[in-house]
Amino acid sequence: MTRTIALAGTPLELVERGQGRPLLFLHAGEGLAPERPWLDLLSRRYRVIAPCHPGYGNSPLIDGGGSVDDLAYLYLDLAAELGLDGAVLVGADLGGWIAAEMMVRSSARFSRLVLTAPLGIKLRGRDERDIADIHAMTPAEYLRLAWADARNGDVDYTALPDSELAAIVRGREAFALYGWKPYMHNPRLKRWLHRIDRPTLLLWGAADGIVTPFYGEGWRQEIAGARIDVIPDAGHFPHWEQPEEFVQRLSAFVDGRND
Amino acid sequence: MRVWYFSEMAYHPAWEEGLKRGSLRVVLPNANYDPEIGHRLLNRYLDEFRLCDEVGLDIMVNEHHSTSTCLTISVPMALAVIARETKRARLLSLGNPIANRPDPVRVAEEMAWLDVLSGGRLEMGLVKGAPYEIAPANSNPANLMRRYWEAHDLILKAMSTTDGPFSWEGEFFHYRNVNIWPRPYQQPTPPVWMTGLSPETGRMAAERGHVVGTLLSLSAAGPMFDAYRKRAQELGWTAGPDRFAYAAVVGVGTTREEGLRRANLAADYVRTSVVVAEAFTNPPGYNSLAANIAMLKSGGKRGGFVRDRHGNPVDQRTATIEQLLESGTCFAGTPDDVYNQIKALSDSVGGFGNLLMFGQGGFLDHADTVANITLFAKEVLPRLRELSPESNKTAAVAAQ
Repeated sequence: MTRTIALAGTPLELVERGQGRPLLFLHAGEGLAPERPWLDLLSRRYRVIAPCHPGYGNSPLIDGGGSVDDLAYLYLDLAAELGLDGAVLVGADLGGWIAAEMMVRSSARFSRLVLTAPLGIKLRGRDERDIADIHAMTPAEYLRLAWADARNGDVDYTALPDSELAAIVRGREAFALYGWKPYMHNPRLKRWLHRIDRPTLLLWGAADGIVTPFYGEGWRQEIAGARIDVIPDAGHFPHWEQPEEFVQRLSAFVDGRND
Repeated sequence: MRVWYFSEMAYHPAWEEGLKRGSLRVVLPNANYDPEIGHRLLNRYLDEFRLCDEVGLDIMVNEHHSTSTCLTISVPMALAVIARETKRARLLSLGNPIANRPDPVRVAEEMAWLDVLSGGRLEMGLVKGAPYEIAPANSNPANLMRRYWEAHDLILKAMSTTDGPFSWEGEFFHYRNVNIWPRPYQQPTPPVWMTGLSPETGRMAAERGHVVGTLLSLSAAGPMFDAYRKRAQELGWTAGPDRFAYAAVVGVGTTREEGLRRANLAADYVRTSVVVAEAFTNPPGYNSLAANIAMLKSGGKRGGFVRDRHGNPVDQRTATIEQLLESGTCFAGTPDDVYNQIKALSDSVGGFGNLLMFGQGGFLDHADTVANITLFAKEVLPRLRELSPESNKTAAVAAQ
């Protein structure tokens, strides 16, 4: 089911599927892609709540602009509005960054955190790049870095209707808005990751060329008790490229411990 | 009609390597630039600007970054030199890419200072900048125009406020004490220019009475100028030709062949300006939603700004001089030819009072450039002045 709710004066489009423990899924910079299998697979086990970030889908930008800070507060408001309790917070790529920004502010409504190849922190020196510059490469180079098998990410845009193309274009614009400068990270976020006080799983594609497993290791060291799982034959979007493996590892982590 | 001579001050010795690598901009390492050759070229180009003043042409300067197509990285620096070397020419900055500038008050100061230095000869373009300027500036393309308009408003307020300081707490810019010294020579500000390709830009410029310029493409000029005139009329004033500028490559010679040869060499500006690594051609948010949808539907093909008379895109990289004449991108031939071409194009878009003359472009050497400037000023310029004898400053009416 898809519906739009108003939060803090801004409309937000939500996809909701399934029953059980609530799972808030924050999508990657590439968009929610609700027709892809991972949301259905997750919804067999959980009550999945997946918003379209402002600027994506039918969610307008917040006041025509906005930042990742705004998204973090927006989704904390969403969790309160829906009365979530003991929910699983899952974020991929941009969504992982937003999820971390939420958890350093308040983890009260969440019991588990799953970050899939999150963006958002700076690890190495000022002249070393942690996150590949997707705006400085050709589409072919991007596919090669972001996917274990580039064919999995290739889209024939000429075959899509204008409404879908419009959503893709607006999504790209929103992604740039949130992550242009500093590039896809908050220089101050790493300092506060110690505040994440819920069991945390980092899921990484072995072939991720956007943020490598080395970057994932940096995340692991900053969050007490976090562990990292590397999924073979997956690139930057393991939920997209290996959805069954992704859901299996996520649920083993989520359901394998007591709250 | 006023004619503004313009050169990008190209570093053409690197073009062959850049073309081989598929980018003259952003990613072409500056190991391909020789400081000694650059020194000679830069001084040569400034000499050519000085000549324009002597023969009665006005002068335009622009800037680009991280590129072999343009050695001017700062309009105010170039105009500061030119202001001291010229006496009469009006000096058009076209312009400051203000959405890529972190400090609009600094822009206001620099422009005011230039206006003072030149004794009020400055005309001030506030421009959006090309898409490949986003990467060198690392400015966010997704909110480019919001930042543009905030910077625009702040710059004009800083230049025209005489009872400051004032404070500014906007979406992008924050100051507590804005009070620029010196303030501009022209009151309340030097004339303001914008550039664009769309009717929307025409409307926005009309609402402020700014001069609007368009580049190299007849098919864009007509609708943009029409939109401007219509909006001005709605607001109760009539926009005259002085509110419109048209940029074109110009080659003039004593024979038609000589004029065509000069234009063909100068037109390398048009052919090379679009050679840039694909990733930097369309940053997210820079182009409109509709333009992006069209690009995706066409399999990623992007159109340049040169279009033929039917509105079909012309491949700028390989465009022949004949195609560029047909598209209104070049004016070339004898003085009579060039005058007639300019008059015909101006008439077809309702009349423009400013011609931005690309009179040099890379491999057109100094002797040819001097001849091009001199012959144009002697044989074409006087007839163009007669064409619209006095710029009628219609926006002054709008401001009252």
